[in-house]
Amino acid sequence: MIKIINKIWFLLIISGIITAAINGQMSQISSAIFQAAADSVLICIGLLGPMAFWLGLMKIARKGGLIKVLSDIIRPIFKYIFPDIQHNQDALGAIILNISANILGMGNSATPLGIKAMKELQKLNPDPEKASPAMCTLLALNTSGLTVIPATMIGLRAAAGSSNPAIITITTIFATMISTITALLLDRTFRMFRGHKNE
Amino acid sequence: MNNIINRVSIWSVPLIVIIILIFGYIRGVKLYEEFTSGAAESLEIILKIFPALLAMLTAINIFQAAGTMDLIISHFGVFFEKLNIPIQVIPLLFLRPLSGSASLSYISKLFENFGVDSIIGLTASTIQGSTETTFYIIAVYFGAVGIKKFSYSIFVGLAGDLAGFFAALFICNFLFK
Repeated sequence: MIKIINKIWFLLIISGIITAAINGQMSQISSAIFQAAADSVLICIGLLGPMAFWLGLMKIARKGGLIKVLSDIIRPIFKYIFPDIQHNQDALGAIILNISANILGMGNSATPLGIKAMKELQKLNPDPEKASPAMCTLLALNTSGLTVIPATMIGLRAAAGSSNPAIITITTIFATMISTITALLLDRTFRMFRGHKNE
Repeated sequence: MNNIINRVSIWSVPLIVIIILIFGYIRGVKLYEEFTSGAAESLEIILKIFPALLAMLTAINIFQAAGTMDLIISHFGVFFEKLNIPIQVIPLLFLRPLSGSASLSYISKLFENFGVDSIIGLTASTIQGSTETTFYIIAVYFGAVGIKKFSYSIFVGLAGDLAGFFAALFICNFLFK
C-alpha cells in the first residue's frame, strides 16, 4: 500500500519552501513552523477538556446500558451504512453519538465522540495500522460534514452585520447533503473494489 | 426560528447529561468513579493525536506562509473565470480541507471586501458551513488510534469537499442570482 500521506506531507512542505524562496517570503517559514508547533499544543489542550468530559459521561452511559438501548433502536438504519459492524453494540453506539453531535452542530463534542467511535472500531480492526472499511466510512461521514444548522457561520455573519444571517441554512443543508452522499458513494465503491482485491 | 435554535442548543447538553446520569443511577452505576475513569482515557488519546496534528499543522502553515496559494490562484484564475466561477472563492477550495481557521479568516476578508450578503459572501459561508477540515479530521481521528495507512480515506474526504464546493456554488447561484 502506497503511503500517500508521506508524499503529500513532503509535497506540501517542499512546495511551500520553494515558493517562499521565489516569493521572497522566506522569513515567514520559520515563524510558520513554530507557530504550528505552538498551535498544535493549544489545540490539544483545548480538545482535552471537552473530550475528558464526554468520555467520562459516555462511560456512565455504557455501563448503564443506555447505549445498547439507543443502538437497538437505530440499528436498522445503520446496517446499510455500516454493514460489517451492525452487531457490535459499543461501536454502533459510539458512532451514533458522534453523528448526532455532528447533526446538532456540537462541534466540540463531535470530535471527542468521533475519536471514541474510532477506538471502538479499532478493537474490531484486524490490522491495527490500517484503516478498516468501517473506519473509512465513519471518516467519510465526518469529513463531509453533517451539520444541519451551521451555527458558527451564522454567528460570524451576524457579527459581520448581515441582514439575514441564517439564510445560508438552506444552502448549507443542500451542499452538505451532496457532499455527504458523494463521500458515502465513493467510500462504498472503494470498499467493494478493495474487497475484490483481497480475494 | 432563531429562538427555537437557541433554546435547543441551550438545552441539548444539560438534557443529555441528566438522561445519562439518571439512567446510570437507576442501573446502579458508580457515577463518579466511572466518570473519572472514562475521562482518564482522554489523556492517552491526546498523546496520540498530538504528533499527527503537529505534522499536519506544520505542513499547512508552511504552505500558507509561502503564499503558494496566491501563486496558484494567479496562474489558474483565468481558467476558472471561463467556467463562471467567481475566482474569489477558489482559494476556499484549497484552504477549507487544510485549515478551518485559515478559511475562516479568508472569509472574514471576503465579507469586508465584498459584503456579507453579496453572492460571494453567501457562497463562501455555504462552503465553510457545509464541509469539514478534512486533513485535520484525518490527522486527529486516525492519529488517535495509531492508524498509519489511510487507505482511500484522503481521496474520499477530498472528493466530498469538492462535491460540497460545487454544490454550494450551484445552489447559491441558483437561489441568489
